[in-house]
Amino acid sequence: MKVLVAVKRVIDYNVKIRVKADNTGVETANVKMSMNPFDEIAVEEALRMKEKGIATEVIAFSAGPAQCQETIRTALAMGADRGILVQTDVELQPLAVAKLMKAVVDKEQPGLVIVGKQAIDDDSNQTGQMLAALLGWSQGTFANKLHVADGSAEVKREVDGGLENIKIKLPAVITTDLRLNEPRYASLPNIMKAKKKPIDVLAPDALGVDVAPRIKTLKVEEPPKRKAGIKVKTVAELVDKLRNEAGVI
Amino acid sequence: MAILVVAAHDGKTVRANVANAVAAASHMGSDVHVLVAGSNAGDAAKSAAAIQGVAKVLQAEDAAYANWLAEDIAPLVVKLAPNYSHVVMAADSVGKNIAPRVAALLDVAQVSEAIQVVSPDTFVRPIYAGNAMATVQSSDKIKVVTIRPTNFKAVAGSGSAAIEQIGGAGASGLSSFVGAELSKSERPELTSAKIVVSGGRGLASGENFKMLETLADKLGAGLGASRAAVDAGYVPNDYQVGQTGKVVAPDLYIAIGISGAIQHLAGMKDSKTIVAINKDEEAPIFQVADYGIVGDLFQIVPELTAAVDKK
Ligand SMILES: Cc1cc2nc3c(=O)[nH]c(=O)nc-3n(C[C@H](O)[C@H](O)[C@H](O)COP(=O)(O)OP(=O)(O)OC[C@H]3O[C@@H](n4cnc5c(N)ncnc54)[C@H](O)[C@@H]3O)c2cc1C
Ligand SMILES: Cc1cc2nc3c(=O)[nH]c(=O)nc-3n(C[C@H](O)[C@H](O)[C@H](O)COP(=O)(O)OP(=O)(O)OC[C@H]3O[C@@H](n4cnc5c(N)ncnc54)[C@H](O)[C@@H]3O)c2cc1C
Repeated sequence: MKVLVAVKRVIDYNVKIRVKADNTGVETANVKMSMNPFDEIAVEEALRMKEKGIATEVIAFSAGPAQCQETIRTALAMGADRGILVQTDVELQPLAVAKLMKAVVDKEQPGLVIVGKQAIDDDSNQTGQMLAALLGWSQGTFANKLHVADGSAEVKREVDGGLENIKIKLPAVITTDLRLNEPRYASLPNIMKAKKKPIDVLAPDALGVDVAPRIKTLKVEEPPKRKAGIKVKTVAELVDKLRNEAGVI
Repeated sequence: MAILVVAAHDGKTVRANVANAVAAASHMGSDVHVLVAGSNAGDAAKSAAAIQGVAKVLQAEDAAYANWLAEDIAPLVVKLAPNYSHVVMAADSVGKNIAPRVAALLDVAQVSEAIQVVSPDTFVRPIYAGNAMATVQSSDKIKVVTIRPTNFKAVAGSGSAAIEQIGGAGASGLSSFVGAELSKSERPELTSAKIVVSGGRGLASGENFKMLETLADKLGAGLGASRAAVDAGYVPNDYQVGQTGKVVAPDLYIAIGISGAIQHLAGMKDSKTIVAINKDEEAPIFQVADYGIVGDLFQIVPELTAAVDKK
């Protein structure tokens, strides 16, 4: 079966975010961009399925501006077979991304779709669940372990109280949590090879999807800053402050 | 129009964060209903009816609802949704799993982890690990919103709402529950604990976390951890505090052997008082700590445990 993975281009997790002075968003000019870390985990999981002979082809999907090609190239360098970019400069919200992915799924007919549980920029945690809903498929969210066999998937999920095991029918959408695997680094020969792998570029219109945002961002602001407090020298001093100044113990 | 809060529960009582969701919902409109779907959920429905501010409880009984599978719960919510202006859930692992599925089936957007209700269609939500706050406005007819429980104080008092029985929508047959491996603990639940003791990579082993357990038990605290400590296998995944773990805002948060990466700060910087114990005086955690103590945790933690004993 084919496996489709989503790879989103986001501001690198190490970058210190700066809110724009006009409060329209965050500064993205000259900022390091990377693949969303949860999507690296998604790519890795798909590649392991291919290495085990469960997956026949791994397709990397991204939606956004032309630069998302770089993110797809990263997935190809890790080992994905080909890429699909839905290119648009419109601000994409999770419902729109899910609709674009559904159109691609209808065309490609993968047996499994793997996406990150959340993108570390917008922190929505929605796209995978929305895609599963639109397709009428089952969903295995926040996956800690995935075992695919005989038309179904066993998914160990990270939930509030610990872990939960579910069995879901294929085709399905999986969203990755941090402990699912440790993504590989691309080797130099594979980076070279990736340059020759094909990337299809499509427009949202061609897929018949209206990507207009449903949610309007009115403004983006700095969070209230916490002031650094004091350093205490001894445990006795700390306990005294907690008891008599903060009143928390 | 009324607001529908979808409650997670354990069969006996609804989760504590349902009261926070009801408080948030009451900023969106005045008529708040709570949906309690489950199998033998009568007691849970009663607990929802006792929350201050709830006008009505809808109890949906169906064997399919026993384990909160999104594929089964979402169609039920979708069936009810046209009678409501908003569908609200707490942003915990249940709400995050179900709400987007509901939204997509309704063909509406979803607002994730609202921390403030500005008006019935406008919400503030953190983005980029809480390093920016976005004010967003939804134009959809039905607004599906998850709320961050720590930002909405439950309304004091208690209620006695009527409980209405509604039918279930049956099982989808798409998924089934196999079992759970839940962390057993007598300690207060992390997200509602008044005090949280949290450990990081500095603890160096799972064995050493026992030291934090002793301190936590002395303080009546919940126990948390950084991602590094969870990844290393010192503690289970449900201990993780941060951008991609749990968000906590206790009166007192004690960070021990945690450097203070932005992803960790995202989950605890709204705590009232923060204490940091770290041997590196340059550690970023000190920039948000009210009280910092520089030194070896293996010496400081036992001292602290002994000191909180002496009244
Ligand atoms: C103020 C503001 C301004 C913004 N401006 C822009 C803008 O100008 N242009 C722009 O592109 N975005 C912009 N965004 C970001 C955009 O809103 C988010 O990309 C969108 O809301 C999706 O949310 P998410 O990625 O958090 O979804 P989540 O549901 O958290 O994502 C989960 C997973 O879905 C998949 N996924 C999501 N999006 C994509 C994608 N595009 N391609 C491939 N896989 C994906 C990934 O696997 C990801 O791990 C802006 C956001 C804000 C807050
Ligand atoms: C996509 C993504 C999501 C993430 N989500 C989260 C999240 O939700 N939560 C989270 O916590 N992290 C998250 N992280 C990881 C985060 O970036 C940091 O790597 C992590 O928080 C570091 O954990 P730590 O502070 O325990 O370890 P370290 O950064 O290694 O810090 C250990 C600290 O212990 C101190 N120390 C060591 N020995 C002693 C001693 N004997 N006495 C006193 N102090 C000592 C050191 O000085 C150091 O400051 C995420 C990362 C990514 C990429």
